Amino acid sequence: MQKAIEASGIGKKFGATQALKSITFDVQEGEIFGFIGPDGAGKTTLFRIITTLLLPDEGSMTILGLDCKTGYRKLREEIGYMPGRFSLYMDLSVEENLNFYATVFGTTVKENYDLIQDIYSHIEPFKTRLAGKLSGGMKQKLALSCALIHKPRLLILDEPTTGVDAVSRTEFWEMLKKLKENNITIIVSTPYMDEAMKCDRVALIQEGAILSVDTPVKIRESFSRKLFSVKASEKYKLIHALRSYPGTLTAYPFGDAVHVTFKEDDADNNLYEYLSRMGINDVMIRETKAGIEDRFLELMQRKV
Amino acid sequence: MTNNTVISVSNLVKKFGSFTANDNLNFEVYEGEIFGFLGANGAGKTTAIRILSGLSEPTSGKVMVAGFDAKKQPEQIKKNIGYMCQKFSLYEDLTAKENIMLYGGIYGMKKKLIIERTNSLLAQLNFEEYSDRLISDLPLGLKQKLAFSVAVLHEPKIVFLDEPTGGVDPITRRQFWELIYETATRGITIFVTTHYMDEAEYCDRISIMNEGKIVALDTPVELKRRYHVESVEEVFIKIARPGKN
Repeated sequence: MQKAIEASGIGKKFGATQALKSITFDVQEGEIFGFIGPDGAGKTTLFRIITTLLLPDEGSMTILGLDCKTGYRKLREEIGYMPGRFSLYMDLSVEENLNFYATVFGTTVKENYDLIQDIYSHIEPFKTRLAGKLSGGMKQKLALSCALIHKPRLLILDEPTTGVDAVSRTEFWEMLKKLKENNITIIVSTPYMDEAMKCDRVALIQEGAILSVDTPVKIRESFSRKLFSVKASEKYKLIHALRSYPGTLTAYPFGDAVHVTFKEDDADNNLYEYLSRMGINDVMIRETKAGIEDRFLELMQRKV
Repeated sequence: MTNNTVISVSNLVKKFGSFTANDNLNFEVYEGEIFGFLGANGAGKTTAIRILSGLSEPTSGKVMVAGFDAKKQPEQIKKNIGYMCQKFSLYEDLTAKENIMLYGGIYGMKKKLIIERTNSLLAQLNFEEYSDRLISDLPLGLKQKLAFSVAVLHEPKIVFLDEPTGGVDPITRRQFWELIYETATRGITIFVTTHYMDEAEYCDRISIMNEGKIVALDTPVELKRRYHVESVEEVFIKIARPGKN
């Protein structure tokens, strides 16, 4: 398989802030590649370099076979970019926005309509409405249509699902899966760890550095210890009790449970008695599979 | 959590022209409860929160918050609640300490009490080394903790948190929730919206809104049992926008 991106040792500084620290990764053509990490991790800076809007201070990057520093003119025709704050013109209508983007790229809506049809059909009934008057979910669909209208080979989506509810997020990922079938390489960033499972491969990124790059399944499986899910009705009390237990290594709340690792790796049978002495009697402990977020926490912990 | 009601909403309706944003809402929230207020984008959550915090008047219905009527005594409500949203309302060009003092003044606290609380707050957050730094120089996680602490500086009865954890790393997100738990055990009611469905599991009770109506309200355990699913996320996907599935 050919590589859509090869990046090696990418560094970028803003004043005294080292936004990216020697980032190395590659993206295969046709895959959905996710950058997962919190705000300030460097995701947007990296995306601006990939989209040729910023130059790296250090390192090299080849995108679709072209150098990010010298090939930018050709590259900009091949890349579709949806920034975090959608760059729609709020005082133009839905249809006018789409036509504008098509014209800028020297094409027409008609020519590439088949590519956006599935997405655009949801908002087409409102094509005369101003973009500023659309709901968040509709803006998202219009911005995606605009980023696709010149039939890019590489689509860059910067936090397309941030602040979007769980139902709309699920729908959005369905759309991306369909786009993948058109042989478009998709690079997407998100702060929602659960969305990592929907990517072919992901890079976990934190404070300008990549913690791990792999398939989501392999990242989960690389969790280094046995993980236990502990439940009780009084959650806050349970967290504190688990932390104070001498055999506990880590204890983090996860939904309705607390995920715990033990120094001796295996769960130890004295825990029930200990918790009961702390006044927690309805305890349920079972071994569980680590998720992406468990692994992310483990990698963060290791750095600290 | 006690059985004392701090929010009581009956037959709340809010209309904007012909559009009904809140369609006959009825619910109660208790002292020291962590109440998750969920719904898809556009379901009407923000409208309801604005009414509950005295910023907008109900079209009809009765809304009591911290013992005051939202229609007749919105100013009293504002004095008895705290509010924090994702765009933290801290002043970026003031220091951490100056922000705390400013809010103390805005809440009308006595000067002596402001100084006392400022010092104890900075100590409690392990913030002494940051106290004279500008907010714009602080990492996101610290800003978030400070914004929350400022929202409860005047010991309000209720604090409203509108998507408070967006974008922070998983460790900071968990530390923030522990701060929430701790505050609730002090008897302050937490009224929170979030798009992280695992956080909904941390709440004592959650309500889910769809098209202006509350379509479910119960403990996370009970909701999961009722819909025969393993997580609040699955409950949400089933009922938050039923027309879409």
